[in-house]
Amino acid sequence: MSIDKTTVQKIASLARIKVTEEDLAYYAPQLQNILGWAEQLQEVNTNGVEPLLSVSEIACRLRTDVVNDGDKVDDILKNAPESVEGFFVVSKIVE
Amino acid sequence: MTNSLISLTITEALKGLKDKKFSATELVSAHIKQVEACDHLNAFITKTPELALKQAAESDARIAKGEMRVLEGIPIAMKDLYCTKAVTTTAASQILKNFVPTYESTVSQKLLDAGTISVGKANLDEFAMGGSNTNSSFGPVENPWKSSTHPDKKLVSGGSSGGSAAAVAAGMVMASTGTDTGGSTRQPGSFCGIVGVKPTYGRCSRWGIIAFASSLDQAGIFARNVEDSALLLQTISGFDPKDSTSAQMEVPDFTGLLKQDIKGLRVGIPKEYRVDGMPAEITAVWDKGIQLLKEAGATIIDISLPHTKYAVPTYYIIAPSEASSNLARYDGVRYGLRVDGKDLQETYDLTRAAGFGKEVKRRIMIGTYCLSSGYYDAYYTKAQKVRRLIANDFRSAFETCDVILTPTAPSSAFAIGENDDDPIKMYLGDVFTIPASLAGLPGISVPGGLDNQGLPLGLQIIGKAWDEVTMFKTAYALEQAVGFKDVSPLMKRGAA
Repeated sequence: MSIDKTTVQKIASLARIKVTEEDLAYYAPQLQNILGWAEQLQEVNTNGVEPLLSVSEIACRLRTDVVNDGDKVDDILKNAPESVEGFFVVSKIVE
Repeated sequence: MTNSLISLTITEALKGLKDKKFSATELVSAHIKQVEACDHLNAFITKTPELALKQAAESDARIAKGEMRVLEGIPIAMKDLYCTKAVTTTAASQILKNFVPTYESTVSQKLLDAGTISVGKANLDEFAMGGSNTNSSFGPVENPWKSSTHPDKKLVSGGSSGGSAAAVAAGMVMASTGTDTGGSTRQPGSFCGIVGVKPTYGRCSRWGIIAFASSLDQAGIFARNVEDSALLLQTISGFDPKDSTSAQMEVPDFTGLLKQDIKGLRVGIPKEYRVDGMPAEITAVWDKGIQLLKEAGATIIDISLPHTKYAVPTYYIIAPSEASSNLARYDGVRYGLRVDGKDLQETYDLTRAAGFGKEVKRRIMIGTYCLSSGYYDAYYTKAQKVRRLIANDFRSAFETCDVILTPTAPSSAFAIGENDDDPIKMYLGDVFTIPASLAGLPGISVPGGLDNQGLPLGLQIIGKAWDEVTMFKTAYALEQAVGFKDVSPLMKRGAA
């Protein structure tokens, strides 16, 4: 495993974070160190061990499929950077 | 009248209000005055004194009518990770700096319903990511305690719930909410010389708490003594249909069962927590705690938690992975900051670059890497497997003991700025709190003594899942035996 600037650029693009050349130089050695340090987990024998997905061991609850909320358009749009007539507004996607 | 109202316990304050020795307005005003006197600590992101005084007047009206609720008129602080209706909620991030929720989190609603009065939203590490509260985009929180050997140094309050802890330790509020993902109530509790408690995962609703790592996040409480912390935890616990991970279980009477005898209680001491390079003072406080519990009638049992050393790296794969997924919602479309780019893709990139701080970006990128195609099994699945081994360690240990006693943190509060550019060193500050978080177990930090610099050191009691009662009972017995009476200099001055 090696985290160079190209890898950081790729990760940052996947994470939708714009990074500068300076950022790449800052994060590359740090991510390399942290992920390198985490590699010690490879020495643990986990053959036959099931991944732990949830500690609570509570079975997923079901509920009746009914509308129990709604009519909150204004609340939902209240913090939107831009909205028009009940819609969120973003810059044009399709030409 | 002096400001001695700020040094009351919650039980004393409730009695004083009931007996009409003072009013809720007087009690809240005394605390608001202390909030102003301690402004330099930067414990709050948003202060709400007018709202608090309005609520205090309502509390007084209720008291006059004999309709006092369980925590009527008690001034508290709310970690700024809880969504509060019509009060700005930032998660200490620029990306949410103008976010005003249109709803109230379940936990904060329960506290409102019980009669508590919030004086403001407490500072934290951005999105609760940190152990020092120096990752807040609103500036670091300063610890109200001072080192006797380096009195000029500004010390960290611990994190991530640093503002909540500092506010309680400085007498600005009687209790506060925190959240705990890897130690964020227990470690600041230790650094600030107060009680910090995290219940079993699923005990409290996470609804309306801004998500960091959902399989680990849990609400928590700070108070100046165990009884007060139990009283508050009682109030915020319980099933909530709005959180699919909240447990449909009865909440026991934490406060009623607090003062039971601990004779015959089996206290486990894990040998793996005697880590290399731990300061002798911490070992001494731990050994003293062991001795005190023994004198109180407990049986001390040596236990082993063999996978302890893998807990921190496991956490720093799982938590960032979940964070990377949870924080994908901050896209500048529905709420939060937006920085416009030439197209939607660039709007996302610029918004997130401008809105998130360094540590948050670091963790999102680590998580994105661990979850990316080709690395998922090697990192994320592997960490989930080791997480099961860590949980199994506790399960085996609890076959021979009822609670586990450890130090809360491997150091006392350090200087602001120290460790900032050494993420791994910072991460290792949570070495004693993370294992219980990964296993979903309840934990509480109780002041154990002072170090050579006169700074507080906490002891942690870890309980079995859903057995907060035994955890609280042990914590209460330990608190009584330790007899920790020291308070921060700011609190002493405020109350004088």
